[in-house]
Amino acid sequence: MLEAYIYDALRTPRGRGKSDGRLHEITPVQLAAQALAAVPVRNGIEPGVIDDVVFGCVSAVGEQGSVIPRIAALTAGFPQSVAGVQVNRFCGSGLEAVNIAAGKIASGEADLVVAGGVESMSRVPMGSDGGAWPMDPQTAFKTYFIPQGVSADLIASKFGYSREDVDRYAQESHRRAGYAWSQGRFARAIVPVRDVIGEVVLDHDEHVRPETTMATLGGLKPSFQALGERSPGYDTIALLKHPDVQRVEHVHHAGNSSGIVDGAAAVLIGNAQIGRELGLKPRARIRAMAAVGSEPTIMLTGPELAVQKVLKRAGMSVADIDLWEVNEAFAAVVLRFMDAMSVGHERTNVNGGAIAMGHPLGASGAILVGTLVDELERADKQLGVATICIGAGMGVATIVERIG
Amino acid sequence: MGYETFTCDIDADGVALVTIDLPGQSMNVWNAALMRDYRQFVDRLNTDDAIKGAVITSGKASGFLAGADLKLISTRKAETMREAFESSFVLSDDLRRMETGGHDAKRLARGAAAAKPVACVVNGLALGGGLELVLACHYRSAVDDPRVQLGLPEVTIGLLPGGGGTQRLLRLIGVEKALKMVLAGTPVDPHTAKAYGFIDEVVPADQAMGAALAWVKANPRVVQPWDRADFIVPGVSSARDPQFAQLFANANALAEVQSGHNYDAVPAILSCFYEGTLVPIDTALRIESKYFTKLLTGAQSRNMIRTLFVNKQAADKGAQRPREIAPVELRKVGIVGAGLMGCGIAHVAAKGKLNVVVLDKDRQTASKASAYTKRIVEKAVQRGAMSADAASALLARIVTTDRYEDFADADLVIEAVFEQPGIKADVLRNIEAVVGEQVVIASNTSTLPIAGLARHLRRPERFIGMHFFSPVERMQLLEIIPGEATGRAALAAAYDFNARIRKTPILVKDVRGFYTNQVVPPYLNEAVLMLMEGVDPALIDNVAIALGMPIGPLALLDETTLSLAHDIQRSTREQLGEAYQPAGTEAFFEKMVVELDRKGRRFGGGIYEYSADGTKTVWRGLIEHYPRAGVPLSPEQVEQRLLYIQLTAAARCLEAGIVVDPQSADLGAIFGWGFPTWTGGPMSHIDTLGLAEFVVEADRLAQRYGARFKPPASLRDKAGEGLSLYAPV
Repeated sequence: MLEAYIYDALRTPRGRGKSDGRLHEITPVQLAAQALAAVPVRNGIEPGVIDDVVFGCVSAVGEQGSVIPRIAALTAGFPQSVAGVQVNRFCGSGLEAVNIAAGKIASGEADLVVAGGVESMSRVPMGSDGGAWPMDPQTAFKTYFIPQGVSADLIASKFGYSREDVDRYAQESHRRAGYAWSQGRFARAIVPVRDVIGEVVLDHDEHVRPETTMATLGGLKPSFQALGERSPGYDTIALLKHPDVQRVEHVHHAGNSSGIVDGAAAVLIGNAQIGRELGLKPRARIRAMAAVGSEPTIMLTGPELAVQKVLKRAGMSVADIDLWEVNEAFAAVVLRFMDAMSVGHERTNVNGGAIAMGHPLGASGAILVGTLVDELERADKQLGVATICIGAGMGVATIVERIG
Repeated sequence: MGYETFTCDIDADGVALVTIDLPGQSMNVWNAALMRDYRQFVDRLNTDDAIKGAVITSGKASGFLAGADLKLISTRKAETMREAFESSFVLSDDLRRMETGGHDAKRLARGAAAAKPVACVVNGLALGGGLELVLACHYRSAVDDPRVQLGLPEVTIGLLPGGGGTQRLLRLIGVEKALKMVLAGTPVDPHTAKAYGFIDEVVPADQAMGAALAWVKANPRVVQPWDRADFIVPGVSSARDPQFAQLFANANALAEVQSGHNYDAVPAILSCFYEGTLVPIDTALRIESKYFTKLLTGAQSRNMIRTLFVNKQAADKGAQRPREIAPVELRKVGIVGAGLMGCGIAHVAAKGKLNVVVLDKDRQTASKASAYTKRIVEKAVQRGAMSADAASALLARIVTTDRYEDFADADLVIEAVFEQPGIKADVLRNIEAVVGEQVVIASNTSTLPIAGLARHLRRPERFIGMHFFSPVERMQLLEIIPGEATGRAALAAAYDFNARIRKTPILVKDVRGFYTNQVVPPYLNEAVLMLMEGVDPALIDNVAIALGMPIGPLALLDETTLSLAHDIQRSTREQLGEAYQPAGTEAFFEKMVVELDRKGRRFGGGIYEYSADGTKTVWRGLIEHYPRAGVPLSPEQVEQRLLYIQLTAAARCLEAGIVVDPQSADLGAIFGWGFPTWTGGPMSHIDTLGLAEFVVEADRLAQRYGARFKPPASLRDKAGEGLSLYAPV
């Protein structure tokens, strides 16, 4: 088995995922193509040396169908020899893409792969790809399906996170993201997005609100209360599966849940040999990877299981890890993870997360890896873990080890 | 033409007039004979050029066609799934051949073929398979008569409409409306059916046949809407349509919220709709029939049909009424006590068209009976369930008084006063002093033995227990408890009274607690024992709800009040003295009621605290007194205890002859305390689990938790002999 090295990590800024978001005028293929095009330019290599592009993209229909990474690679001017494949593991797609790419390197299938992801949620809304899960009675009943927002509220209720707890976490995410931006911590990673005539349309994460306060958060109405309590009443279903919970308290809203945004990311992964041949300096190695299934109704508790699995495979423990990137799907998800793994907020999502900056579904996993690599270098730390909670109860985790 | 179950007269224009009238049967049902005749008729219709079309109606006043022969279904021999499917699909296939004329769907769509027109005149009840025949016709008319009801009630007995009912209804009126109808199972009247869109015309009785014949003659070649090339299910375009996804996601969730996860028929029905909408009708009909087959061959429908249909009907008709006694003429009923129970009994008696006299200590107190009924009928009028006339007529039948003399012409008098032997003794003597010698006197007591109360009467043979359940107007069960002195005539009169008020009666032996109060207290006790052991109260109640109980046991204790439970425990201990068996929960009730003043919901809270908006949370102080156990019980373990304590207690009642047969135990459980209907009742459930398995598990629980779980000896013996509680089919 060969080592898989991370040679570069980049991302586009994240635009607000609405029709008035700055990236709404950019086609999803363009978004992906611009992220891809930046890779050879930044690293002084010919795109033809890339074997394959593995991109996460969840709503892979319409504009995001037809194996978007392949089409984006061709659009970016990559030679026809560069293949592409689209991956969907819901919100974990980008991290899964990184893990698949690392697997291709480790197995010797490929020498150099660009992993990453793209999601234009303003142009292809979440759920556009449909799926049997909630609508086929056989699957809905069997899995006690409830929508992810109710799942997040169920986590808060089961593990005792109050409205104040989740709002406080969200406030901190915005504060940290604002601070990180102001300190230029994302400068290396960001590739501004350009329009048809080459003008920059966005160079920063549009969703961040550093001025967010407990007061502004406190005024927001819980988003999933009606869905849970009345129409159609998913709380009842949640309690059938989790009878140990007395009541589902609805604490999540737009302000403490991940933002809906547009964005793309790319991570250059290869073996040692190709790095030497191309004169690339490895920034990190992928130390271990894991994927797990978890309880589908509460849905979002996969990260603790994925992390336990990946640490075990690496022969490591929580104490070994310097930095944690846990996708901020909903505030309670991270609060629960930190409690379950006894990990403090001081090491977790240190530069903010998706609550502040947004969660472009297919790309987020790759963004977490890039954020880890940059921050491990900046803070002179060694080991980081990226992990994501995933629809239908799954978790993915990756251990990243800085080199040099 | 020679058919056994219907007459078939061909008129001068070649239209076959089919009048369904099963010989020797009170109702038209899809029995073997009708299915046979129908198949032959469809063959003839499709091949005989002399026949141009048909009109189908009923020759019975009792209804058009009331569905499948449930007795046939409930006595089916076991078959393989394949065999069951083949035999179930026969009727669906025949209905399809009637509507297609035997032609291939593709030829119909191309316009290369058509069917002969079949119209129906629905002149009575059309339920289940009866409505499915209607839906397969090309023209559907109903007679304008409120007795005509059209519905697909299969869900109520654990089945689904397997004769094309789901597929034709959804293609006629759209998925959403059709789904609601089939999941609820409630029938509608002809005008509503027309508004929904599955009846074409509502016609006065004397014009119906003429209109149907005219339609047949005017439409010699017909194709059902769903066999036309341009057909789309109303409101649905494809599985990729987000509206389709939303509709079903919502429908699934609503169904789960309403009926939990216990009823196999519910997801099966939803799947017939979901999967059937996505494929052509011929494939959809097979899918429907396959889901039907799964239900038919499963335990649930068998149990539900047996208990909720066959045995309930038998009980309602007075299966245990003494046969030799002629029906008792009842015109006037007296009731002593205008409390909750007395008012409720008065209401149902008046509803049963009896004149009622309600007595209490003074006129004002007695007048509560009229107020009680007034509230109920006003609400009924408001929601359109009752006419204002019917309401006032009902109310007028209730007269209130403070004089026993007003019972002089009563045919039956029921006392529903406080559960105090002294008070009851006085009341009984007062009643006997004024009523005729033959008049039956009954007591609604829930705790005092009938034999004891009977001693206060000169003629104890006229005295009987009739135990109602609160609220009387909604609870279906009536325990009829003859004391050792009760005569056959009094027993018969009790059944005749029940026939008027239309409850489900079970005959119960005169022991403390009768039947329901032999099982419910141990069940509530078990919940409290678990609470005392440190199980989260929310877990206990949530598990009970998930099992299918209407309310959690701890919430129920709060509703009926902890102070009542405490009182009963105390008085039972006093009365039984040495013989009293401690329940293990005495300390809990003592602490909650006496020490902590947590008496129950209406006393400011009990196990739960109650907020103004109706929500409840476990009282925050409880955990201090009953902290969480170190090793928590799993939901499965909690469920096992809540279930088995009921099964064992009910089985003991059967063994001791407190109820006479398993069906009484089942009916009493379902209609007395809301034991989950999907089981068919505790005895049915024991048979479903398997008697041997039940004994093994009960023994395991007894060893772990105590003798209260020990299965009765007779069940152990039966298990050893490979028998079941119900006689095998």
